[in-house]
Amino acid sequence: MSIGSSTVDQGGADLGALIRESERRRTIRWRTWFVITWMTILTAMTLFIVFIVGVDETLITKYFWYIVGGGIGLTIFVSITSIALAILFATLGALGRLSRNPIFNGLASFYVSLVRGTPLLLQILFIYLALPQLGIVLPELLCGILALGFNYGAYMTEVFRAGIQAVPPGQTEAAQSLGMTGRTTFTKIVLPQAFRIVLPAIGNDFISMLKDSSLVSTIGVQELLWRARLVGTKEFAAIQTLLIAAAVYWVMTIGFSYVQARLEKRMAQGDRAVSR
Amino acid sequence: MSTSRIQHVIDPAETPGTLVPAGADPILKATAIQKYFGENHVLRGASMTVWPRETIAILGRSGSGKSTFLRCLNFLEEPSAGVVEIGGFAVVASPFETRNKEYKEHIRQLRLNASMVFQEFNLFPHLSVLSNLTEAPVHVKGVPHKEAVERGEAYLEKVGMIDKRDEFPNRLSGGQRQRVAIARALNMEPKVLLFDEPTSALDPSLVGEVIQVMESLAHEGRTMIVVTHEMQFAREAADRVYFMDQGVFAEIGGPEQVIDNPRDERTKLFLSRFLNAG
Repeated sequence: MSIGSSTVDQGGADLGALIRESERRRTIRWRTWFVITWMTILTAMTLFIVFIVGVDETLITKYFWYIVGGGIGLTIFVSITSIALAILFATLGALGRLSRNPIFNGLASFYVSLVRGTPLLLQILFIYLALPQLGIVLPELLCGILALGFNYGAYMTEVFRAGIQAVPPGQTEAAQSLGMTGRTTFTKIVLPQAFRIVLPAIGNDFISMLKDSSLVSTIGVQELLWRARLVGTKEFAAIQTLLIAAAVYWVMTIGFSYVQARLEKRMAQGDRAVSR
Repeated sequence: MSTSRIQHVIDPAETPGTLVPAGADPILKATAIQKYFGENHVLRGASMTVWPRETIAILGRSGSGKSTFLRCLNFLEEPSAGVVEIGGFAVVASPFETRNKEYKEHIRQLRLNASMVFQEFNLFPHLSVLSNLTEAPVHVKGVPHKEAVERGEAYLEKVGMIDKRDEFPNRLSGGQRQRVAIARALNMEPKVLLFDEPTSALDPSLVGEVIQVMESLAHEGRTMIVVTHEMQFAREAADRVYFMDQGVFAEIGGPEQVIDNPRDERTKLFLSRFLNAG
């Protein structure tokens, strides 16, 4: 190849292939080490449990189904009902925060400020322990769901508000120019688009909720952590039972994260713009 | 609303266009429209008379107030003063009652008479092309779903978009989106179509397909008011051209006058700059 030549010599095609091959190898090497790291840690943990702590098979066969089978259902039930309640609170809260009415707006901002300014555990205890003092006695499960929904609703209020505001004003103008009322514009045009915008955030909150739902064990809701703790104390095997619970939470989180990623990918595909 | 205190005056330059049925009354009367944005007096008493089956073009520099005027016609921008009457239904601008329910309902009724096509299309991205067309007729006018679909399909056919009836807007080109937006406006069966710079957001190569649809609508006698920079369209399709300058119409007349032989100095200046720049 002579200097200054504008044509590429025949080695050019091979050069591209060589670069691609080297990049591919680098990727494979990176992934291999990544997986090895994970596997090493997991193996070390397993060895620690088997040889240092010891696996008591009778204990596991006796209690495994009690902890996992009974616990998962209640954990998921609490999480789903609480997140549904939170969505309801957040929708009302966001409407309040966007309202031009100073009273609605004030109510909503007070709610958000109060809830975000106090610990979740305190809120759970308050509903469970303090309300009976006023003569209101609710079952533990209901107390837990109310507290979780109330708390998450406040955080989600701000997310929903941002989601509604992220819908371009041109959408409202188009709806109104077609004669839609304010209400129809909101329910048919703005809300569906805002919902798509906040869906990833709802997914994240649901995954957090799976874990925060364990806080209701403190008021005696017999979910996953409550059972693990009970058995662990009774049999002096807290390492084993808590690790079982941890593994279950972890697997659930990974599972729902995967579902969420798939969902987002699908929605992104539907939205992908073709250049004009 | 209450009886108008402002009398509508037809400008001597406003004469019914060629397609207007003999003896027809004006279908749109905008009287002495004013608009303040804060301290900025954007519209200073602009009036317009439109007869059925006419096509009107509004020209003017950016910032002259032409888009604001158009948006005042369906109260997307609430006028600070003036009256808009479309198809016999009049709303008097009441800037101190903007939260009044009855006033808002009157504005909504007025909007049923005038559908708008926007510069940025503003199609509903979460709805298919056909649903974009049927959503408002069904939920606003109570048209049976089947009827809205049949009519919607006919309008999609007219704008050449029937193949894409089940697509989503994000998968269409700009020109295709704007044609769907025009069909969406048509499916409300309005008395007047308002176009707010419908080709300004398009790639130059896509302007033609939209202009072609608009010209065919003009020729079949749709009543249209078009804010535009497309001189060729104004020349071919408009019955009357309104040139806006600093919030008033400086010159009104047929395209052969306003575009080709302007009398007003401001119109001349605009056109010389515009044509030299373009």
